Amino acid sequence: MKRPFEEIVAEHGPTVLRVCRALLARPDADDAWSETFLAALRAYPDLADGANIEAWLVTIAHHKAIDQLRAQTRRATPVAEVAETGSATDAWEPADNGLWAALRALPTKQRQAVAYHHVGGLPYAEVAVIVGGSTDAARRAAHDGIRALRRHYRDSQSITLAKESRS
Amino acid sequence: MINSMDPVLAPIAAEDTETMTRLRDQLVAAAEADRLLDVAYRTIDSPVGTLLLAATDQGLVRVAYQSEDHDHVLQTLSKLISPRILRAPRRLDQAARQLGEYFTGERRDFVLPLDFRLAHGFRRAVLAHLVLINYGQTETYAEVAAATGHSRAVRAVGTACATNPMPVIVPCHRVLRSDGKLGGYVGGLETKATLLSLEAGRSIGADTLSR
Repeated sequence: MKRPFEEIVAEHGPTVLRVCRALLARPDADDAWSETFLAALRAYPDLADGANIEAWLVTIAHHKAIDQLRAQTRRATPVAEVAETGSATDAWEPADNGLWAALRALPTKQRQAVAYHHVGGLPYAEVAVIVGGSTDAARRAAHDGIRALRRHYRDSQSITLAKESRS
Repeated sequence: MINSMDPVLAPIAAEDTETMTRLRDQLVAAAEADRLLDVAYRTIDSPVGTLLLAATDQGLVRVAYQSEDHDHVLQTLSKLISPRILRAPRRLDQAARQLGEYFTGERRDFVLPLDFRLAHGFRRAVLAHLVLINYGQTETYAEVAAATGHSRAVRAVGTACATNPMPVIVPCHRVLRSDGKLGGYVGGLETKATLLSLEAGRSIGADTLSR
């Protein structure tokens, strides 16, 4: 039996937003969230009972993020590239020692694997279904991604802050 | 899920409630525009407790007392109507305003589109008669049975009242036993007494509610 969609938004909305932000900069990430949940609302009555809702939503978000990236590429100009690292974009970012940007700087497969497994909470088998390839490949991509993020922390000046906040 | 997140990702775990609220509101608006909002709901505070109001695009479809368990009621609507349910107060603005006026004694009649899809057959016929009983008036279960052309179906009238999907708006509280006793009520007998007192012109205060 299906739960009211309101409960789905309340329960999974914040996680799916984090996944979108791990994949895209704002405001594209927020747009991807909106498109994901509108598409999910449309398809919800036909979703199989007992389906893994989180995996279903992350799969939709995956496709919406790819759409956003394609649109970005079409829009892209040298000026836009500069703006990406400039202060105009920073205004959209939460204070996080640049983690979001570091995540999005990872190679696509690693970024997706980290976003879907570590942020979205999906098992590697589900991640593999979404991004293609084997479960092992998904696991490796996620590990490589996390390792790269740790390196980013070590190299960045914010490393001390990050360590303090963890202890 | 968040608990298992690698420490390096800790900043991501932070909630962004403000953005979530904005995105949720946008989702409701987009769903309404795309005709995907099959059931909209909200709650209102009233002298008889928090009421759940739910509407389809046809009109008000459900009013529920707290004692009915609002989560359970929404789950039932998901099953009987559609799981495309969102908290979307705007569709219920009119109903909320008119109920507010009713509880302050300023309103005697509700002028709202009603969707009776949750009631079928004889029960729906009973509800159709109930809306004809005027403010401040009462009928007996037997009189309602007779009015629907089934004078022996007194017990079935009781069931129809007990399963009324829109109490207060469809005034099943105006149906009493032949001996003058209150009978039953979906929101409890105290609530029934409160509504009847209100309609008799007695103000409803804390004393009425605590009876």
